[in-house]
Amino acid sequence: MRRYERWGYLFVSPWLLGFLAFTAFPIACSLYLSLCRWELISPNVTFVGMANYRQIVAADPQFWNALRATVSYVAGAAPLVMFASLGVALLLNLDIPGMRLFRTIFFLPALLSGTAFCFLWLNVFDPQNGLLNSALAPIFNLLGIPLASLPKWIYSKDWALFSMVLMSLWGIGPGMIVFLVGLRNIPVELIEAALVDGAGCWRRFIHITFPMITPAVLFNLITGLIAGFQVFLPAFVLTRGGPQDSTLFYALYIWQVAFEQFRAGYASALAWILFLVILLLTLVSFGLSRRWVYYES
Amino acid sequence: MNRSSRGARLLGHLVLCLGGLFFLVPFAWMIRVSLTPEWQLASGLKLLYEWKDLAFANYPKALTLQPFWLYFLNTYLVTILALAGEVFVSALVAYGFARFAFRGREALFLLVLSTMMIPPQVTMVPTFILFRWLGWIDTFLPLIVPSWAGSAFGIFLARQFVRGLPRDLDSAALIDGCGPFEVFRHVILPLLKPALMVIAVFGFIGRWNDLLTPLIYLNTQAKFTISLGLLAFQGQYSTQLGYLMAVSVTAMIPCIVLFLVAQDYFIKGLTLGAVKG
Repeated sequence: MRRYERWGYLFVSPWLLGFLAFTAFPIACSLYLSLCRWELISPNVTFVGMANYRQIVAADPQFWNALRATVSYVAGAAPLVMFASLGVALLLNLDIPGMRLFRTIFFLPALLSGTAFCFLWLNVFDPQNGLLNSALAPIFNLLGIPLASLPKWIYSKDWALFSMVLMSLWGIGPGMIVFLVGLRNIPVELIEAALVDGAGCWRRFIHITFPMITPAVLFNLITGLIAGFQVFLPAFVLTRGGPQDSTLFYALYIWQVAFEQFRAGYASALAWILFLVILLLTLVSFGLSRRWVYYES
Repeated sequence: MNRSSRGARLLGHLVLCLGGLFFLVPFAWMIRVSLTPEWQLASGLKLLYEWKDLAFANYPKALTLQPFWLYFLNTYLVTILALAGEVFVSALVAYGFARFAFRGREALFLLVLSTMMIPPQVTMVPTFILFRWLGWIDTFLPLIVPSWAGSAFGIFLARQFVRGLPRDLDSAALIDGCGPFEVFRHVILPLLKPALMVIAVFGFIGRWNDLLTPLIYLNTQAKFTISLGLLAFQGQYSTQLGYLMAVSVTAMIPCIVLFLVAQDYFIKGLTLGAVKG
């Protein structure tokens, strides 16, 4: 196939051109911009060195707020979504009647437009007429707790972040599909052999099922971390970062700085910090994965 | 797992049903609200117990308050043009990576994978500047053209697939004097169908529901996509929940239909793609 070497380049060239134009160029550009002061609407770009980064770390309380909100969100949502999607996939794999129906139900939210998804939850969380509180009200009555102490969800500083984590549970669909596919690929002989040896449910899970799907776990872990750190829409539509910056997610903060305050240089520096955080976490996950992920080949 | 005990399966079923409620109730409520006349609202969960006096008129009314037919048309146009490019080019590039030995291949492929890690916020501002310089602001081009370079996910999946196909298939055709592009078009492309389906379904759902890109690049109302139209609609009619939900439900229909039609094919495609490393 040697003589076809130039064909190889030809076939991958569309991707390469796109990469240069829409990834490499913007990345280089944003790295340079992060070292500059530039109002998006003015023609003057001033090189300021590390000043943006210094200001972010030393003199920007909003940056720390955003970082805290985002890390708390990821720490809550990523494991929750992971366990829930694994749990549902395991149950669906039991050959339960109505498997297709359940699969569709759990995947439904992934089919909903992000905007509509957020509107729906805006009304689930409504303190007066919302779905959650109207379901909780009878229980509160029964227990004799005054209805005034029903949570205000996204309208309360203490509950807003938790509400977002609860909402993230609705996103288990794609992760569930990945786990289902992983479970399908476990050779039947392995499970039969374990059954012959008299291994119980739990031992089968620990010694066969789980090791065999660790590649899927790693995939979901990394995509979950990446998506979690980039979470934008729920804060943008539901809370605008409030109340009291409790849901000021990092991506929303970048958006505000770039497209509301037009500080393109500062926004680029913020984005680069996010990129480095994600890169570091991904590398650490990959590095640690050698100890627990099992590949057949 | 076919031999799990009856008790475990019953318990599993119960848990699934309870979990399913958490997913279904908000949807049922959404549909119920979309069929509720405005004066009847503000009754929370109670609405779900009674399905009478349904206001089907909400739908035609809501969909004409803003030119939603136009938003649908725009979204279809953008989604299909972007998707056609993504699917075809991803397959093309994947074939190049899977079948031709060339210098720097492994490094380039790693580069493809690593682009998945870049947060869109990093490239957002410079890309905006690039498109402004090209004069593409307030056109559909920023929503379409980047897809024509293929996507990392698509290239990765299709490459796994091509590597699973027997090599004799295409080398025989090459020896018979077909050019590599003909081999790709007539031998490889038809066999890649399940993989292309997976790329198309995920790509369709993602683009149909994307808000961020249209939000940045589209200003004229006549060019809005569904997501953007919904956001504008909420700004104006946030108190008219019935209308808002009617539009949301309508926007969801194409994706549901696609998933129902494609789901078996799609799971099969993912499974096959995962087998060969």
